[in-house]
Amino acid sequence: MTKPMEQISWQEIEAGGVITEPGNASCYHTGTWRSQKPKYDENACIRCWRCYVMCPDAVISPDLEKNIFVWNYDYCKGCGICAYECPAKAIVMEED
Amino acid sequence: MGRKVGIEVSIAAAEAVGLCDVDVVAAYPITPQTHVVEHLSELCASGELDAEFVPVESEHSAMSVCCGSAGVGARTFTATAAQGLALMSEIVFIASSMRLPMVMFLANRALSSPLSIWNDHSDTMMVRDSGWIQVFCENGQEVYDSIFHSFRVAEDPKVSLPVMINVDGFNLTHVIEPIEFWTKEMAQKYIPPFKPLYKLYPDKVVTMGAFGMPEIYAEAKMSQDQALWNSYPVIKQAWDELAALTGRKYSPVELYKTEGAETLILGMGTICETASLAVDKMREQGEKVGLVKLRLWRPLPVDDIKNAISSAKNLLVLDRAVSFGAANGPVTSEIQSIMYHEKERPNIYNVIAGLGGRDVTPEDIIKMLETALANKNQGYNIHGVRG
Repeated sequence: MTKPMEQISWQEIEAGGVITEPGNASCYHTGTWRSQKPKYDENACIRCWRCYVMCPDAVISPDLEKNIFVWNYDYCKGCGICAYECPAKAIVMEED
Repeated sequence: MGRKVGIEVSIAAAEAVGLCDVDVVAAYPITPQTHVVEHLSELCASGELDAEFVPVESEHSAMSVCCGSAGVGARTFTATAAQGLALMSEIVFIASSMRLPMVMFLANRALSSPLSIWNDHSDTMMVRDSGWIQVFCENGQEVYDSIFHSFRVAEDPKVSLPVMINVDGFNLTHVIEPIEFWTKEMAQKYIPPFKPLYKLYPDKVVTMGAFGMPEIYAEAKMSQDQALWNSYPVIKQAWDELAALTGRKYSPVELYKTEGAETLILGMGTICETASLAVDKMREQGEKVGLVKLRLWRPLPVDDIKNAISSAKNLLVLDRAVSFGAANGPVTSEIQSIMYHEKERPNIYNVIAGLGGRDVTPEDIIKMLETALANKNQGYNIHGVRG
C-alpha cells in the first residue's frame, strides 16, 4: 500500500507525479476536512435511500441485516447534502 | 557519413525529424516556423514518413496532443513561434511537470505588441521557468544535429523531459546553408527505441497528471527541478557521442578566441556568429577580446560559465529580450547571480540588442563594447534605441 502522502520524500515520488497504484486516493482520509458531522436517526428514517443516492463521496451504505444506513467517516467531508435531501428529517448536522 | 547539401535550415530540420522516425507531429503553422511543419506534412502525405500528422486548430491543442502522444509512448515533435508558444504555454508547463519527452522546434520570434514576425528571444524567455531543456543554435548544421540530439536526450530514461530547440527566426530558419546530412543508419544507431518510464496502456494502469495536495506539491516540484539538473550529464554525453558519430563537437558553453582575453562577449544563438566577426576584427587590432557562446540555457551550465568567464576583467552580455522592470536582461541577471559569490569575477555589462528583428552588425557589437567599457554602465541599455 502506498505511504500516506505526508510521508513521501521527493526522492520517492514517481517521475512526473505518476500514480502507479490505481485507487490510491483511498489512502487519503478526506474525513479530516469535516467540521460538521451527520447524525442519523434510524427511527425517523423512512428507508427512501435518497441519502445513499445523493452522497457525492459514496460514504453512505445500507446495512441490510440491521435495516439501517451507516456512514464511513473516513471519507465523509460533512458537506450536509444527506441532511438537506432527507425528506423525513432523519439526518441532522452537528458540530464534529 | 551523409551527403552535404545546400538547403534551407527549416527544411533540413524537418528532414532530420523524419530520419528520427517520429510517430506524431502536432503543430499549427505560424511564421517563421511554417516551413518546418509544411515539409513534415509533405513527408507524411507522400508516405516517406510513417507518422500521424495532426493538423490541430490551435497551439494549445498542439501541445495537448503532444502530451497525450508522449503519454502513450509515441515519439513526438512539434514546432511553433512567439504567439503560438504563448497560446500553448499552459500545456508547456504541464509537459515538463509530467516528465513527458518530446522535441519542440521554436523559431524564435518577438512577442506582440507591436505585432512583429521577426526575431528576438522574448518568446523563449517567457517559458524560461517551464522546466524544459532549452538549447540555442548558431547555424544550420547545429539546428540539424540538435534534432537528433534532442530526441536522444528527451527520451533517455534518466531524463524523460521535453527539449526546446531555439532557432532564431528568419536569421536562421529561412537561410540556405550547406548542411551535412545524417543517414538513416546513423540516426537509428544514435537514438535507441523510445521506452517511456510510464505509458498509458491498459495492461498496466497508471494515472498521469493527478491532483497534488499541499502535502505533496513541494516534493513534486523538487523532484522536477532535480530531474532537470540531472539531465546535464546526459546532454553532455549525447553531445560526445554525436561528436564520435559526426566529427562535430558541441558543449554547453563554447569558447571562441578566449585565450588571453581580458574582455569577453557572451551571447546565445545567431548573434554569436555576428559577435565572432566582431571579435576577429578587434583581435586584428590587437585587442584582447574573446567570445563565449552559451548553447545550453536550461539547465544552466553554472560551472562551465564560471570557468569560461571568471578570469576575464570585463564581460559584455548580449540579451535579446527585455525583462520589463527587472534588474537586467534575463541572461545577464543569471550570470550576475552565479558570479556574486566568486572572488574572481569580471565587471558585467548588459546590452539588450536585436529586438523584434533589428539588425545587429559586427560594428554594432564593437560599439556596444566600447560604450560599455567607457561608461561602465550599471543596469541595462537597449542598443541603438533612438531618442
